[in-house]
Amino acid sequence: MRFMLLQDYGGMTRDDVPVMSEWAPEAIEAHIEFQKDFNAELKERGEFVEAQALSSPALAKFVVSGGPADTVVTDGPFPESKELLAGYRMIDVESIERALEIAAQASAAPAHDGTPIRQAIEVREVMGPIEH
Amino acid sequence: MPRPPDTEGLLREAAPLVLAAVVRRFGDFGESEDAVQEAMLAASTQWPAQGTPESPVGWLIHVASRRMTDRIRSESARRGREDAVAADRVGSDPAAAADLAAAGGHDDTLVLMFMCCHPALTPASAIALTLRAVAGLTTAEIGNAFLVPEATMAQRISRAKKSIEASPEPFRMPAGDERQERLRSVLRVIYLIFNEGYVTSSGPELARAELANEAIRLARIARLALPEDPEVAGLLALMLLTDARRPARTDATGKLVPLAEQDRALWDRGSIAMGTELLAEAVARGAVGEYQLQAAIAAEHAQAARAEDTDWREIAGLYGLLERMTGNPMVALNRAIAAAMVDGPEAGLALLEELDERLEDHHRLHATRAHLLEMSGDVGGAIAEYRAAAGRTNSLPEQQYLTTQAARLNERRG
Repeated sequence: MRFMLLQDYGGMTRDDVPVMSEWAPEAIEAHIEFQKDFNAELKERGEFVEAQALSSPALAKFVVSGGPADTVVTDGPFPESKELLAGYRMIDVESIERALEIAAQASAAPAHDGTPIRQAIEVREVMGPIEH
Repeated sequence: MPRPPDTEGLLREAAPLVLAAVVRRFGDFGESEDAVQEAMLAASTQWPAQGTPESPVGWLIHVASRRMTDRIRSESARRGREDAVAADRVGSDPAAAADLAAAGGHDDTLVLMFMCCHPALTPASAIALTLRAVAGLTTAEIGNAFLVPEATMAQRISRAKKSIEASPEPFRMPAGDERQERLRSVLRVIYLIFNEGYVTSSGPELARAELANEAIRLARIARLALPEDPEVAGLLALMLLTDARRPARTDATGKLVPLAEQDRALWDRGSIAMGTELLAEAVARGAVGEYQLQAAIAAEHAQAARAEDTDWREIAGLYGLLERMTGNPMVALNRAIAAAMVDGPEAGLALLEELDERLEDHHRLHATRAHLLEMSGDVGGAIAEYRAAAGRTNSLPEQQYLTTQAARLNERRG
């Protein structure tokens, strides 16, 4: 079963976590190390498919076709960027339970003070081909 | 299927010679390229099991030519004109084929490079085609290095070949100005391949480091055909001097280490010596070009035993020349840093003022300004600019580096 674990800029359940550039450098490093180790662990278990971080919402654009002549491109930065995606992990696991377990681990990444950041992770199963 | 390492090296070396020989005989670049890929695939399964043939190049030409004649035969059978197939003498004698390929040699390889960097192609297509047809990489390897599925890369290569066929040109060395013009495209494509491999972005880092190695190998191949061209030598020197810093450029955890903080003992002295020598040779020929200037700047850095020994006045002068030659605002950005190191941060910041309009919101403009503001003691301004830069880069290690810079200053400010 394939699942997409999505992280957006909303989903912060704690209000005491500052933006990352205000963390101590060591705390940033610990957070990045956690993500790397976590991906390595998923790879090692044969569950990792892909993980990507997306560039900042400041670079986001929205495109709406208005017919052949006038496509409308809206540039950022978007102040209401909570719905914008920050990154995702794609995993291939045996069960939904395992997907939820992985999501819980991702949500426990260390915050500025080393405690779990408790950011909400959206878990979505990827639709498959016709079932036989 | 990965190729065994011994065979791998042989095949990559042989690829351009074999392809050039087959294109010379059959004319059709696209079909020939497919036939050579098939021959290399056959080699990668047969050689390890049955032993490497005495003349690997001859063997490959023989097999690729047989595939070409098979294709032509079935093509003409379809059209009911079987007489169209002539007896295939050269193809049936691997030794004669190898001799022929050796006679075409480096010039033929260069003509192949010109074809693969055809002006009708986008850079991404030219890069993919060059890596396959000249460097002899498999489609899977190229796809892996550029993080796209193999099928997508195969399609990109196939479309590139169709674009070339749409504006066909004879398989020969262009002359005079046209040759210089085409050479510029080739050097640019090689440098783009190098930068893909050198700039640490997301993705499997080993596969990308290999791109840097392939770019260096391609420049060496180009130099065999044009040993006297100062810009070919300049590009090779630039890549060797830059690549020499690779072991120091990231730390054990993969984090970026800026030039001033790199452990210079880790720099590859062999590459530096080779690059420096090549550059001296090229500059002595008198026609200074942009790759030689960039190599000269890299050589200045390589010469300094410690960061504080860097001859910034010399570097600022070289960036000045380079800026006049190219008009590239990124060069101006680097000149501003050099100026700041010579005359203080205010001199650098003043130069940045002129770039606001040309570089708009580019992350490197913000990163440079952050660095110079920090030098000048404006901690608050530096933090804001580091954050702005972090929000605008699309390189993950760079974003992490810039965010950490902001965090470091923020912590110091307390």
